[in-house]
Amino acid sequence: MSAQIPAVRSTEQLREKWMKPEVITGSEILLRSLVLEGVECVFGYPGGAVLYIYDALYGFNDFHHLLTRHEQGAIHAADGYARASGKVGVCIATSGPGATNTVTGIATAFMDSVPLVVITGNVVSSLIGTDAFQEADITGITMPITKHSYLVRSVEELPRVIHEAFHIANTGRKGPVLIDIPKDVSANKTLFQPVQSIDLRGYNPKVVPNHHQLEKVAAAIKEAERPVILAGGGVVYSGGHEELLEFVTRTEIPITTTLLGLGAFPSGNPLWMGMPGMHGTYTANQAIQKSDLLINIGARFDDRVTGRLDGFAPHAKVVHIDIDPAEIGKNVNTEIPVVGDVKTVLELLNPLVSRSDKADAWRGQISQWLADKPYKYKDSDTELKPQWVIELLNDTTKGEAIITTDVGQHQMWTAQYYKFNHPRSWITSGGLGTMGFGFPSAIGAQMARPDRLVISINGDGGMQMCAQELAICAIHNIPVKVVVINNQVLGMVRQWQELIYENRYSYIDLAGSPDFVKLAEAYGVKGLRATNKEEAKQVWQEAMDTPGPVLVEFVVSKEENVYPMVTQGSTIDQMLMGDCE
Amino acid sequence: MTTTMTSHTIAVLVNDQPGVLQRVSGLFGRRGFNIESITVGQSEEEGLSRMVIVTQGDDKTLEQIEKQLYKLIDVIKVVNLSSKPMVARELALIKVKSEPAERPEIMGVVETFRAAVVDIGTNSMIVQVVGDTEKIDAMIELLHPYGIRELSRTGVTAMIRGNA
Repeated sequence: MSAQIPAVRSTEQLREKWMKPEVITGSEILLRSLVLEGVECVFGYPGGAVLYIYDALYGFNDFHHLLTRHEQGAIHAADGYARASGKVGVCIATSGPGATNTVTGIATAFMDSVPLVVITGNVVSSLIGTDAFQEADITGITMPITKHSYLVRSVEELPRVIHEAFHIANTGRKGPVLIDIPKDVSANKTLFQPVQSIDLRGYNPKVVPNHHQLEKVAAAIKEAERPVILAGGGVVYSGGHEELLEFVTRTEIPITTTLLGLGAFPSGNPLWMGMPGMHGTYTANQAIQKSDLLINIGARFDDRVTGRLDGFAPHAKVVHIDIDPAEIGKNVNTEIPVVGDVKTVLELLNPLVSRSDKADAWRGQISQWLADKPYKYKDSDTELKPQWVIELLNDTTKGEAIITTDVGQHQMWTAQYYKFNHPRSWITSGGLGTMGFGFPSAIGAQMARPDRLVISINGDGGMQMCAQELAICAIHNIPVKVVVINNQVLGMVRQWQELIYENRYSYIDLAGSPDFVKLAEAYGVKGLRATNKEEAKQVWQEAMDTPGPVLVEFVVSKEENVYPMVTQGSTIDQMLMGDCE
Repeated sequence: MTTTMTSHTIAVLVNDQPGVLQRVSGLFGRRGFNIESITVGQSEEEGLSRMVIVTQGDDKTLEQIEKQLYKLIDVIKVVNLSSKPMVARELALIKVKSEPAERPEIMGVVETFRAAVVDIGTNSMIVQVVGDTEKIDAMIELLHPYGIRELSRTGVTAMIRGNA
């Protein structure tokens, strides 16, 4: 099960090849610098302003370049690549419309702290500011959604800028960095000497925490009767999942992981309470609300987690561990702030902590809730239930696949019913909630991890936002299993309209959607469909047995809702339990 | 932490890069922080500029402003000037209507405020006044009855007193 794309040579060989000082064009400097930064795969789309770069790419085989069918596909693929690998994702787009087509993807990566380097072309320097053909002020447009950005003024500064961009993207709180390169800069020549050092005076992320703060955390754990850990995406990004497991094993504190934190902690562990928040478990939400110590590890207290802020964790002393000091105290008042890299913090904290008997009754209460109030749905023998489909995928893959999702009901059902055991196995747009993300991000994930089974789970709405990228799967034989959970409506919108807008179903009917099987076949991808359990088991097995890409459409019931649910304006223990009752 | 809204003066040392003012002012705008005035100019070090920003907010907002500013790669240092004894100055140029007969009267006001007349036209003059914001407000109020044709204020620049 590997992508049919020739292997790229090792970075070591390439370094030797490309380190020689030489007079070359800006475009060649860009390509060499990317190689020297360890880039293996770039997703892009050519156009006028990047033609020198694409000319340099002609016959250049030292990293892969995938031509997507839309810049949105390219940037989501780069995002999926970054999330699956932990490396920086790279995307190239031309000026103006090419650049603006990446905006949604940049914002997606920014909200979820994903390291990307986005390279856009711009019109020649002399035309900047004249409203020239295909000109857009992309650095200005993306300023609020990038960690940093560069408009390169001369070819001489290009090596430094690229080197800095990679450093900024993948250190501290990670994020997207944009490099806008005017056409003349990519054409001009200079002596290229690889940059060896970085001097960014204003940028020194604090990795090692204050020891005094760690002692305070340890003391608070010793005293707590109802402690809870809330772990987020920061655990995955710092690579601190093993340290987290050790922390929980030592302290035996019940743990809940946020949407982006799924996979940071093994789901089979008896102390894991599931996900908190709007569609979280009864146990996780009750535990947070009743806790006397809430230890936030690399999560940002998003409103989908906290519900109504003034009633959130009302009895808890809050510990917040985060590499970004601005997150501490932003939404929730924090008694013990710990600024540092999650992995480093936990490494230093673990020797200081131990199990406290004071929380024994609490552990009993948590187990009781977990037993009494699991996720539940009413199964059916006549129609396919989406939750059952996710359980089927979970059972057949034993939770070992890399899953990417789009946004909506299927995303929440996957978060609820697929049991993640490894970090970087769960790729979803959490912060921005970007429809169209699910499928192209799977292409990137598969490029990053050709050894893993990658399944992309989409709704019928989101699938139609980037379906054109099926072409990439077909021509490169990228073996992504594309799942479409088809309920023929915009399901999450339908759910809100039912529960909050008194069944006024305004513009959610997706009638007119293509036949997804034929759509797949039109692109040269195998397409399969299931409308009942028997067919579902059969076609899913067929998909798993098929070596290349496959699209599987599961036609599911239309009226199904995601439960539990916390409606906006409620505290997280005020849950609509629905079928979970 | 108190929740009283007070005026804060913040000095931000930044890399002298194109777009840095946009980054800083954009940050204030999109995060809902208020800007009363913002001034930018060279600092004591080549390649670095100093921005002085006057903003309104409670302590929590001020803390967020400082932390969010530090997230910008081009921001080197953020100092809350108003937490310490500081000198804050603003400059205003006021073009005031003045028929020849009114001039002595206006000059009287200008001298009392230790301001200066920097231009005289046939029926107007430009007054330059330097001082803290209150002094400039008072000057404008006194000149108002004569008729202000044009007014240009620089916004506040400031420094901590002494060796700090």
